Amino acid sequence: MNFKATLACAAFVASVAPAAFAGEDAELVLNGEIPIVTTAPAPAHLDGVLGDEIKSGWLFRSDETQATQMDDFDNPGMIFVDQAQASWDTVEGSEGKSCASCHNDPAESMKGVRATYPKWNEEAGEVRTLAMQINDCRENQMGAEPWKYDKGDIVSMEALISVQSRGMPVNVAIDGPAQSTWEQGKEMYYTRYGQFELSCANCHEDNFGNMIRADHLSQGQINGFPVYRLKNTKLNGSHSRFKGCIRDTRAETFNPGSPEFVALELYVASRGNGLSVEAPSVRN
Amino acid sequence: MAEGVTPRVKVPKSASAGEVITIKTLISHQMESGQRKDDDGNVIPRSIINRFTCEFNGENVIDIKMEPAMSTNPYFEFDATVPEAGDFKFTWYDDDGSVYEETKSITIG
Repeated sequence: MNFKATLACAAFVASVAPAAFAGEDAELVLNGEIPIVTTAPAPAHLDGVLGDEIKSGWLFRSDETQATQMDDFDNPGMIFVDQAQASWDTVEGSEGKSCASCHNDPAESMKGVRATYPKWNEEAGEVRTLAMQINDCRENQMGAEPWKYDKGDIVSMEALISVQSRGMPVNVAIDGPAQSTWEQGKEMYYTRYGQFELSCANCHEDNFGNMIRADHLSQGQINGFPVYRLKNTKLNGSHSRFKGCIRDTRAETFNPGSPEFVALELYVASRGNGLSVEAPSVRN
Repeated sequence: MAEGVTPRVKVPKSASAGEVITIKTLISHQMESGQRKDDDGNVIPRSIINRFTCEFNGENVIDIKMEPAMSTNPYFEFDATVPEAGDFKFTWYDDDGSVYEETKSITIG
């Protein structure tokens, strides 16, 4: 399957016919209300390695999977968002606070937050993911136990926060103090891991649009994370996905929440600068 | 006891008089069937939503009885004719006696 040729053809069809319901040239509108940018001009730092355009993983899925994400009542990921709303309002820890005690309604306070993460935290002197920030709040503001990285509770909370930014363009900063972490992530992206000696780029840069056995390779964008996967019927964090990919190269992987994966998340997120926040998206 | 039960409803904010609108409702609920056993072999008691109703200005729109074979997070989508402005009231009845309610207003125009 030649993806680039298909695209050229699709662009021509789109100019004469209204947008198809689903497929590689489909348009994504959530609930008939929130338009999602699934194709955006490639960020300058990519230097054209993905061509002129970056593409959301949604475009690489089957019609049925695409349709599931288009309506919140069909999207099973929204169940976890409902659960997270309950824990948002639940008082935990020694300080007698819930998330809502400080942040009130997430629809107001968390709008746009997901689009800029991971980002540099000046006080801590490190790049922080959304999950790290949530756990920092739990430990230092609420006096509660931190949640385990990429496990149920925290991924649902990330989904609740991400939902408030749906449709907003991903815009993570890669310059300034975050630059060295970003460079580290870029180094990892192009490092070949494992017995198969595969880097992220070998699949998601050199071969996106091609089939890897039965699966349609995407660009590996993480604008849709946390993602509801049909494979395990729950929400998954990006670090769990990274771990799965590195495991599949038959390498020893890093752990979710490790500094290596934080750096990689920053770099991979920056490759999607310009795509909309989609979370919770629906994928294989 | 059922935990983390959250109803979710989608009703258009306005409609023209006599228009047929689509209503979507979903309640996140574990819907324990009463057929399963725990690790010690004891039957886990049934705990499901057994009835769901929708009323418009006090008039019944839909009344659904649910049995243990229903899946988790029951999702109902149905059409209703809107003769006038008013309130849709949705009610879910839990086995444990809990009643979950949600109200959505609709205007004509």
